[in-house]
Amino acid sequence: MNIRAQMSMLFHLDKCIGCHTCSVACKNLWTDRKGAEYMWWNNVETRPGTGYPTQWENQEHYRGGWEKKNGALDLRLHSRAKGLAKLYYNPALPSLEDYYEPFTFRYQDLFNAPAGDDQPTAIPISLITGEPLEIKTGPNWDDDLSGSNIYARNDPSMEDVPPEIRAQLDELERVVFNYLPRICNHCLNPACVAACPSGAIYKRAEDGIVLVNENKCRAWRMCIAACPYKKVFYNWATGKSEKCILCFPRLETGQAPACAHSCVGRIRYMGVLLYDADKIPEAALVPDSELVAAQRAAILDPFDPQVVSDARASGVREDWIEFAQKSPVYKFLKQWGLALPLHPEFRTMAMMYYIPPLSPVVSLIEDGLVRLDLAPEQHDFELFQRLDAARLPVQYLANLFAAGNEQPVRYSLRKMLAVRLYMRRKSLQQEIDQATLALLTDAGTNPAEAEEIYKLTTLPSLSERFVLPPYHREMTIEAYRDPLTQKGATGLGYLQPPARGE
Amino acid sequence: MNFNTLLFMIFPYVSIAIFIIVTIYRSIFRPFTVSSLSSQLLERRWLYWGSISFHWGVALILTGHLLALLVPQSLVIWNAAPLRLYLLELTALALGIWCLAGLVVLTWRRLSNKRIRVVTTPMDLVIMVLLLASVITGVTIAIVYRFGSYWFTSVFSPYLWSILTLQPQPAIIAPLPWVIQLHMLNFFVLLAVLPFSRLIHILTYPLGYLLRPWQIVVWYRRVTRLDPRV
Ligand code: SF4
Ligand code: SF4
Repeated sequence: MNIRAQMSMLFHLDKCIGCHTCSVACKNLWTDRKGAEYMWWNNVETRPGTGYPTQWENQEHYRGGWEKKNGALDLRLHSRAKGLAKLYYNPALPSLEDYYEPFTFRYQDLFNAPAGDDQPTAIPISLITGEPLEIKTGPNWDDDLSGSNIYARNDPSMEDVPPEIRAQLDELERVVFNYLPRICNHCLNPACVAACPSGAIYKRAEDGIVLVNENKCRAWRMCIAACPYKKVFYNWATGKSEKCILCFPRLETGQAPACAHSCVGRIRYMGVLLYDADKIPEAALVPDSELVAAQRAAILDPFDPQVVSDARASGVREDWIEFAQKSPVYKFLKQWGLALPLHPEFRTMAMMYYIPPLSPVVSLIEDGLVRLDLAPEQHDFELFQRLDAARLPVQYLANLFAAGNEQPVRYSLRKMLAVRLYMRRKSLQQEIDQATLALLTDAGTNPAEAEEIYKLTTLPSLSERFVLPPYHREMTIEAYRDPLTQKGATGLGYLQPPARGE
Repeated sequence: MNFNTLLFMIFPYVSIAIFIIVTIYRSIFRPFTVSSLSSQLLERRWLYWGSISFHWGVALILTGHLLALLVPQSLVIWNAAPLRLYLLELTALALGIWCLAGLVVLTWRRLSNKRIRVVTTPMDLVIMVLLLASVITGVTIAIVYRFGSYWFTSVFSPYLWSILTLQPQPAIIAPLPWVIQLHMLNFFVLLAVLPFSRLIHILTYPLGYLLRPWQIVVWYRRVTRLDPRV
């Protein structure tokens, strides 16, 4: 076995309030620069919706990820030779219009306007050309379903949801949406790495972070098209590709990434996962319906003595193995089976995990009043038995998180519902009746586990959410570089300003 | 010293020296600036019409020039039959015109599109002029001084070899018409400008991609002496 460690983030979508604090934290820290204005390494989308860049999941158009060809895995974008032939013009590359033209407002006009009868206004100007522009779209233009006739209706993941259910979503009393925060998935089988002709993108073995070496990037921009999540961006000013770095400078100093740290809903968890690198090709090649199971199987049990000794032999540090045992992501993903990867059918083996959101029961209008579409007694038991009565179609969630396979989504939703009902009985009625216990068993859990899930879901402290291992940077760079040579420089990074080439 | 010596004996060496030294310096010490500086994100419609024909045209024509330089004999043999000569000449001319068309589109795009003007540096304008001069003189020569593929081997191949083998014979160039001299001179100017401009991306053409494995995984550099696990 060839065991490596992966820093993984988990998003508990039930808790996301769609506040975009994460996106703004990331923007302030990393992409508030010329050429990067339009980039949102972290973005939050309203689903159903087309997301950012628009329709990013439509791989017929963008050609991201991997596909099975004659029993082997191939980039959907190109073969190696065809990749070289398309360097001069890459048809699958999104254009700026697919993101949005970044803009600001000419605030100076508010101060400089001559005295007059009208209120002065600050007109919008492009951050690229500086010229006035008419704002047509933005990174979250469809927030909370605005313009849903353009956006929500064209959600690629809605495509095979039956038309009756899609029609339901249009009725006001059944409207539903959830938020989907996204960052780079730091995949195990990254398509961006595979597509880069210069070999500038790489995965760090110690923690699985996928980075662009900007000194090697030559702006062939294949990574941007090849990433099925559209999480590599092209800096038009420097002529280099950039992507989410999982805040590695923060992780290396023991802090959670800025998006996670600032998360208002406290939906994000971070921890170490151990995986078997030799199993990647196999796990990425299974049929769609088995993808979730295969990906979970590639994540190893850090308590298994065999895994521990193999991990040591493969060069995983001792304390990282310990932290893998304490990882909250491991609990949600493997022990409780609640977390799912985003679009596993892209076959990049995304390493950021999601707990699918619960949603209210479909309601009816009767005599001008809204009532739940359920028998009046035992509402919640009903929903538990009839997930199809939930407003978010299970098929839709399955398209997002399980390559269309409803089974793991149902398992996860039922378990979360069971935990809710159990905790409600416990806090309201003090004693747990047989029906509730049966419910837990039915959902594949038990009172002890339910309590644990409840605790980690609702009451975790900062240190329980982010279980970050020590990085031992003192063992690497600092050991062979004289720290005094770096004195006065900014960090260990640029000794020259990152200037655009001529 | 006359112009001929200056331009075709001294300048070529200056140009080659600049090319080598600056390229190495920039690759090692300023790698961040080495990029093709693609502007497809900002404008793609005209790029499609310009970039593909320009790049493929230039690449094929340069390969032709290189072949004539490296294996002049085989070119002479090929051209022995008139039909093959016409075929080669026509293809080359067509490529030249295709390439010129692309370059004109790209030039127009660079000058007229607002977004592209924002990312245009003075050096971009310099190489645009040089490239235009190069392609226009090339196409003119192909039309006016037939048949290039025939006389190239007896004029330029010996001259360029004389430069490369450090026994320069600028006299070979002296009697040629001025357009041809300009074409040659322009080449050395481009060579000297290449490492200062975005043209440097030509040298980084990623052929290695054909051979490398899909995935790249990197461990931190390790100082074995201090590593407790070794
Ligand atoms: S999500 Fe990240 S690691 Fe995965 S392919 Fe895209 S950029 Fe690469
Ligand atoms: S900060 Fe947290 S709660 Fe707010 S949008 Fe981002 S992920 Fe959701």
